[in-house]
Amino acid sequence: MTPSIMLLTIAAMGLVTFALRLSLILLAGRIQIPVLVRRALAFVPPAVFAAIIFPDMLWPAGTLDLSWENPFLFSGLTAILTAYWSKNVVLTMVAGMLALWLVRWLVG
Amino acid sequence: MADQLRRQQFWAGVRAEMPIVVGVLPFGLIFGVVATSAGLPPLIAWSTSSIVFAGSAQFIAVPLLAQGAPALILVLTTLIVNLRHLLYSAALAPYARPLSGGWKALLAYLLTDEAFAPTIIHYQDGRPADFKHWFWLGAGLSLWLNWQISTAIGIFLGAQLPANLGLEFTLALTFIGIIIPTLTRRPAVGAFVSAGAVAVATTGLPYRLNLMVAAFTGIAVGLLLEEMDRRRTAAGRFAGRLAAGGRAGEYGEEVR
Repeated sequence: MTPSIMLLTIAAMGLVTFALRLSLILLAGRIQIPVLVRRALAFVPPAVFAAIIFPDMLWPAGTLDLSWENPFLFSGLTAILTAYWSKNVVLTMVAGMLALWLVRWLVG
Repeated sequence: MADQLRRQQFWAGVRAEMPIVVGVLPFGLIFGVVATSAGLPPLIAWSTSSIVFAGSAQFIAVPLLAQGAPALILVLTTLIVNLRHLLYSAALAPYARPLSGGWKALLAYLLTDEAFAPTIIHYQDGRPADFKHWFWLGAGLSLWLNWQISTAIGIFLGAQLPANLGLEFTLALTFIGIIIPTLTRRPAVGAFVSAGAVAVATTGLPYRLNLMVAAFTGIAVGLLLEEMDRRRTAAGRFAGRLAAGGRAGEYGEEVR
């Protein structure tokens, strides 16, 4: 990908994002969002985030790795527990990174 | 007088955004570091901050841009990841209605997760809404400025940090921190778990297309579980009424 193609792609991504944010502000009062769509949208964050989180945890190097020596798995589980108890994003990130570095150091 | 109200609203928005800005700052730094470590040219990396201005979509786009995925894949992925902004757009639409087209466009560009949260609370506080778009502007602009600066610093730092720190995993960690506390209801948990399982099972698909397959699965499972819960509670109420039998007077709705 040449830088100019990249920039065009990024411009298209920006346009899509902007269109999503502006769409219903512009259409207010003219259309009614169906209840089913509204309900479906509420599940977008958990579904999309899970689809990002779990492959990063379980397939770090292009293969499925369920062992305790997989630092990303251990780090992710530590983060899930930290997030559950603390409800704090920064703390979750710190705990996860420390867990990751710990396993890497132990496995060496 | 009106000027003073505008200024008041604007700075109230800035103040309300400050705690969030502090939380987003490390995220911006990390984005910059991750983007440069993945091999994106600094200006390209930074242009995603100014043009797209959507953290999670930018993070996902980094490996795709770095591996030269087709533009269509990047645009579709952005669409899926940012679909939630439709909710924000819908929620704020009634308040934005009297504004000019220019205002609507500007405020829509600034409508991130982090600007939406304080703005919707502010609009719903019951006070007159005449100048509250200045609050939205204040909240949105302070986050924007913070994001532009923090990602720029991260891009600069990224060039000097060693590549093997595992920093790319901070994206997953941040998302864990954001989403886990919101999984309080069964349908949301179902959406999360099923999407995760499908994403792992379809990781072999090119260009992270597993993201789309998994997202749609998760949404479908969430809707299904919600519908089941709804039916169950409806059935429960019905059974309760039957059991109440002749003592229907205890249930206000049946006396009417």
